[in-house]
Amino acid sequence: MTTTAPDGIRAGASDTRRDDPVAARRFPLWLYVPAAVGVAVLALPLVALLVRLDWRQVPGAVASPAALQALTLSLATAAIATGVCIVLGVPLAMVIARSSKGVAAVLRTLTTLPLVLPPLVGGIALLALLGRNGLFGETLGVLGLRIPFTTTAVVIAQTFVALPFLVITVEGSLRTAGTRYETVAAGLGARRFTVFRRITLPLAAPGLIAGTVLCFARALGEFGATALFAGNSAGTTRTMPLAIYTAFNGAGVSEDTAIALSLMLVLVAVAVLVLMRSWREDAPR
Amino acid sequence: MTSAAGGGLDARVVAGVGDFRLDVELAVAASEVLAVLGPNGSGKSTLLAAIAGHRALTAGIVRVGERVLSRAPSIGGDDEPGGVDDSGAADVDLAERSVGLLGQHPLLFPHLTALENVAFGPRAQGSARREARDAASAWLDRVGLAGLERRLPSALSGGQQQRVALARTLAARPDVLLLDEPFAALDVQTAAAMRRLVAEQRATLAIPTLLVTHDPLDAIVLADRAAILHDGRIVQQGPTAEVLGHPRTPFAAALAGVNLLTGVAVARDAVRVASASGPIVLRGTGETLRVGTPASVVFSPASVHARAAASADPSQAADSAPADNAWLGAVASLEPSRGGVRIVTDQHPDLAIDVPSTTAVALDLSTGATLAFHVAPADVSVRELS
Repeated sequence: MTTTAPDGIRAGASDTRRDDPVAARRFPLWLYVPAAVGVAVLALPLVALLVRLDWRQVPGAVASPAALQALTLSLATAAIATGVCIVLGVPLAMVIARSSKGVAAVLRTLTTLPLVLPPLVGGIALLALLGRNGLFGETLGVLGLRIPFTTTAVVIAQTFVALPFLVITVEGSLRTAGTRYETVAAGLGARRFTVFRRITLPLAAPGLIAGTVLCFARALGEFGATALFAGNSAGTTRTMPLAIYTAFNGAGVSEDTAIALSLMLVLVAVAVLVLMRSWREDAPR
Repeated sequence: MTSAAGGGLDARVVAGVGDFRLDVELAVAASEVLAVLGPNGSGKSTLLAAIAGHRALTAGIVRVGERVLSRAPSIGGDDEPGGVDDSGAADVDLAERSVGLLGQHPLLFPHLTALENVAFGPRAQGSARREARDAASAWLDRVGLAGLERRLPSALSGGQQQRVALARTLAARPDVLLLDEPFAALDVQTAAAMRRLVAEQRATLAIPTLLVTHDPLDAIVLADRAAILHDGRIVQQGPTAEVLGHPRTPFAAALAGVNLLTGVAVARDAVRVASASGPIVLRGTGETLRVGTPASVVFSPASVHARAAASADPSQAADSAPADNAWLGAVASLEPSRGGVRIVTDQHPDLAIDVPSTTAVALDLSTGATLAFHVAPADVSVRELS
């Protein structure tokens, strides 16, 4: 939808993103140099990955039962973790977006913390909470529940590291949308849940989609917290990143398997980003 | 949500915003339109926000018929002995208030089509999908937008968006209609068409309407009564023709765009007004005045005729005192006005004269030029000062 109103009132903020093309290029030209280096830093390793790849080995490596098992486990756990993130993260984002400044700042800091924490630390923290001698772990043990080194632990680790991405993105989107439309909807007789379902969520949809994609991608690539908290047992907790690590370090397995598996993960990530772009472009507003 | 059909709006609104204090009491009968006129900062938006339920009252009550929408703990010496139990504050939730608000910006839900926007209210209030869509379709037809049901707001013009917003507000079947500068963001022609549409649609609804505006034209076209809001207080209230036709304060006069002068009655229909160049006697119509009592005179800047003083009547030029309803003045400033030029003279700085562009050109106006002014008694309204 790129139709623009012929005249008249634009309800939202006016569109100032379309800059004058001449003015857009008025910046120090030497900035192109570090920018190019930046692109190289980001892209060259991936190019090297493709160059180094022994393509004859790819079908075998990718189609091996171990690889498929790891991929299936990764996709399944990442999907469940993303689902959990949406269920918990959207309400959390809403609460942050609508809280007073002070409360919002505290909540936002708590939410961002796992984002800046090394995932390994996250794994240790999760063990401290849910491990056999952990804060809750003992009680859970008495109840016969053991979480570490299970598939559940994988999902928890992924949720822990991915949730901030969803919350931060959705919260920003909710704050941009503001409350004006919600007030209008309420004035027309809509109860709170109706307003949330029919106005708030659709208006925050671009952020929700972007957040979900980022969240899924982060869960898919999660390694550190998973390795510590869930371990590396084939079929239960060995997700793609762990499978790659195992292949890379493992005895008797060539590095090429690790590279082929990495390629798979790169392809999944690219697919996710492409999907996100196509969604974003016809997203409302 | 037609629980209080036929009920009028009664409101006593006391609300404070920082140093500003709004204290207004108003009553709007069902099927009546009350215009509240005031400039920015007079408290219009605070008043509307309180009635709409967007802000709490410091004190007072908002009631539609028997239904109390908002109530703050009573203030000492309120007008209600017994009657309703005013033991505590009460605020009906936004979704239950049934107050329709149409503002300056249409605020159509950007992700819903025109039809879905209008159907939103009925749907939210429990109508079946089909029923809501039929009602919405009928409303779009009433506001002249049949055929545009499936357009998104971004594909509608500003005027069309505001029509959809009107349809959406009315389709929710409100018990009270609040209009907040609903034409201010539209161009002149679109605003005129929209004003007509609101007048038509409103006439078919038996609900009280409160119109808040700074444009007297809105009040003239739509309102039965008008109230002038100044610094949080209503300074004048009455039939629109009376309030705008003979404002009582300089403030109200400026708002209505008319000249208001005060002086002393020198005849049943004439008032002598002091000025820097000696008194002017203005004869007019209206109340029968008692000679010697203070009185006010009102006339439109456009009803004054201007001529070059040099070509004035020899008879008039011979007199030292000018005739009734005539005076001389040296041009102090010239400003553009609707379709012409506004003249203010050194001698009468609080008196504006509007002349059409053609006259302005013929007079070869310039600052310092002396002009002779005249206003017909039929165009002058005289009142005793209360």
